[in-house]
Amino acid sequence: MRSKLTGMLAGIAMTLASGTAAYSQELTIFWAEWDPANYLQELANIYEAETGVKVTVETTPWSDFQTKAFTEFNAKGSAYDMVVGDSQWIGAASEAGHYVDLTEFFNKYKLNETMAPATVKYYAEYPSNSGKYWSVPAEGDAVGWSYRKDWFEDPKEMEAFKAKYGYDLAPPKTWAELRDIAEFFHRPDEKRYGIAIYTDNSYDALVMGVENAIFSYGGELGDYATYKVDGIINSEQNVKALEMYRELYGFTPPGWAKTFFAEDNQAITEGLAAMSMNYFAFFPALVNEASNPNAKGTGFFANPAGPGGEQFAALGGQGISVVSYSENKEESMKFLEWFIKDETQKKWAELGGYTANKAVLESEEFQNATPYNKAFYETMFKVKDFWATPEYAELLIQMNQRLYPYVTAGEGTAKEALDSLAADWNATFKKYNRVQQ
Amino acid sequence: MATAVIETLDPKSRAASRGMSDIAIRNLFIIPTIAFLIIFNIFPLLYSLGYSFTDFRASTNAPANFVGLQNYRELLNDPFIWTNFSITAKYVIVSVTGQVVVGFGVALLLNRDIPFKGLITTLLLLPMMLSMAVVGLFWKLLYDPSFGIINHVLGLGTFEWLSNADMALYAVAITDIWMWSPFVMLLSLAGLSAVPKHLYEAAAIDRAGSLYTFFRITLPLVAPILMIAIIFRTMEAFKTFDLAYILTSQPTTEVISIRLYKMAFQEWQTGRSSALAYIVLIMILAITNIYVKYLNKVKER
Repeated sequence: MRSKLTGMLAGIAMTLASGTAAYSQELTIFWAEWDPANYLQELANIYEAETGVKVTVETTPWSDFQTKAFTEFNAKGSAYDMVVGDSQWIGAASEAGHYVDLTEFFNKYKLNETMAPATVKYYAEYPSNSGKYWSVPAEGDAVGWSYRKDWFEDPKEMEAFKAKYGYDLAPPKTWAELRDIAEFFHRPDEKRYGIAIYTDNSYDALVMGVENAIFSYGGELGDYATYKVDGIINSEQNVKALEMYRELYGFTPPGWAKTFFAEDNQAITEGLAAMSMNYFAFFPALVNEASNPNAKGTGFFANPAGPGGEQFAALGGQGISVVSYSENKEESMKFLEWFIKDETQKKWAELGGYTANKAVLESEEFQNATPYNKAFYETMFKVKDFWATPEYAELLIQMNQRLYPYVTAGEGTAKEALDSLAADWNATFKKYNRVQQ
Repeated sequence: MATAVIETLDPKSRAASRGMSDIAIRNLFIIPTIAFLIIFNIFPLLYSLGYSFTDFRASTNAPANFVGLQNYRELLNDPFIWTNFSITAKYVIVSVTGQVVVGFGVALLLNRDIPFKGLITTLLLLPMMLSMAVVGLFWKLLYDPSFGIINHVLGLGTFEWLSNADMALYAVAITDIWMWSPFVMLLSLAGLSAVPKHLYEAAAIDRAGSLYTFFRITLPLVAPILMIAIIFRTMEAFKTFDLAYILTSQPTTEVISIRLYKMAFQEWQTGRSSALAYIVLIMILAITNIYVKYLNKVKER
């Protein structure tokens, strides 16, 4: 019996071993399933034409992007040579050794001078201010707003708005104006609603939405260097910002409790809402008449300022990292060398990718290419992001658990929710020995 | 035991002519199964038991430290986990009760001579044959407050089935009832058709009322097989994941398996999630045992 079992195990081992043959002239990049991934594939096709190296962009839906990527990393799998990973993964992936250290590459090509500073800070560097880099900023992204220009410019609406609020109806400059306009257009009996915001609590949607308010209200999530959270996440500004977000929820279309980018774009294409929060990466679909019947009447504006005049937005976007377990690390580095060239970055922007290259972003050509590029350029220099520590996923889930019932069901108060969150986060940081008390 | 166990090979059989002994044949059939069970079931089960006493995280290279019962202690003291358990319990009760009532009711209706009985039964079984994820996506559309057909037909306006924190769990349970009542119906139908006709004839001669006949003849005789359906559905409902995960993300529908998934594959707390998986396993074993005890009692009658 023993010899039979050994034979069987040997057979299984043989099958597994023969499955890992290496291909030297092929590279695989893993990303989430969305338009920019298609643009990256087009860019990679140009690379193939130039060098003969075939680059495939493999995608998976956003909802299991993180799970799938980390499952592969944890198994030390070589299926992906590069990954265009979310900004908050960088702590977890670099500390565990999943990403190749790109510090040398970064300094050699002076990327911290050619890329927009926020993208270097949040997509590439970990720990913050350490001068260690783990990825090359690839798809810059942040949250902005789209709105129904045709509704805003309707003379009757303009007159009624001015009569009610005492100022002219125009894209909001502050969150207070945003609230007024949302209230003004919220007419459930006409099946028209004020505003579309992020509320999905399964990954980072709701958190990103609330961040937009918190950052513009002058608040922070915590001190990213010392891990201090008490008094910062539950500060007075943050309480006000969260109360504002809760108020905006009252002006959303019915059933708006599990919404992310798809739903928020639908709010505009289906004529449901006057204004809608979304990542810039999803705006191309809104100016395309094939995907948005209201394309002509759609405008865009940057995340408005808070009561103190501060104006920030939640960061999206990703950098490309080389996976430590790849069998084609050298080839991957060559691809990155090609990717960061100014002309490649220009091509990348033309294809629809959001470059992080400063020179391209600042060019007139880029800013006039679409109705939202100017807002994008302005936003990319004032963005902030979530925690990037390895335990970010726990922090995210705790934030969802505390904020969701308050925002969507009005349970408790904003202060209570944020106080509890501060306690949760502090306990988590204590668990991982980042703070002592 | 009614069946006779074959103890020796027929000397004229091909196996015997090839010189294979009884033991060899027995091993040939049993060993692959045992090996499969050990490699894919028992080994991971024991391995994860080991992990449940450590602070291991699959996403890091840090070695696993033994932490004793800390994971279990913290989990059982976590109010969020208890909320998840009570949500699960509520879901199991609503969903299984609904399935038994609907499934058994439909079986009673079908247990008579009607035209196209076979066709109707087959059509009624269709929901069960769909994938959970597909059912979830379809019902999400059906429940939609703006264009969903359910609100349209019932005239509920923009009633929010899935966004309403109090309603969402029932909405998930209704979907589950729709999907799995046919399973209970199928088993009940098998039980009902096995009830000897002469018992009903005897009851009719004694002029027993239909209610009396139902509670004294039908129900007791179908009970064992109905219990089996309930055991299966309870276990399944206890570990529901797909439907609840796809339909809604309300905290009020976060059943224990969703919490477990998040802990294991989003937070990568491998050690702690192993502990939670064991707590769930023990609970399911306990509940199933109660049912099995009851089933045996019912059978003895």
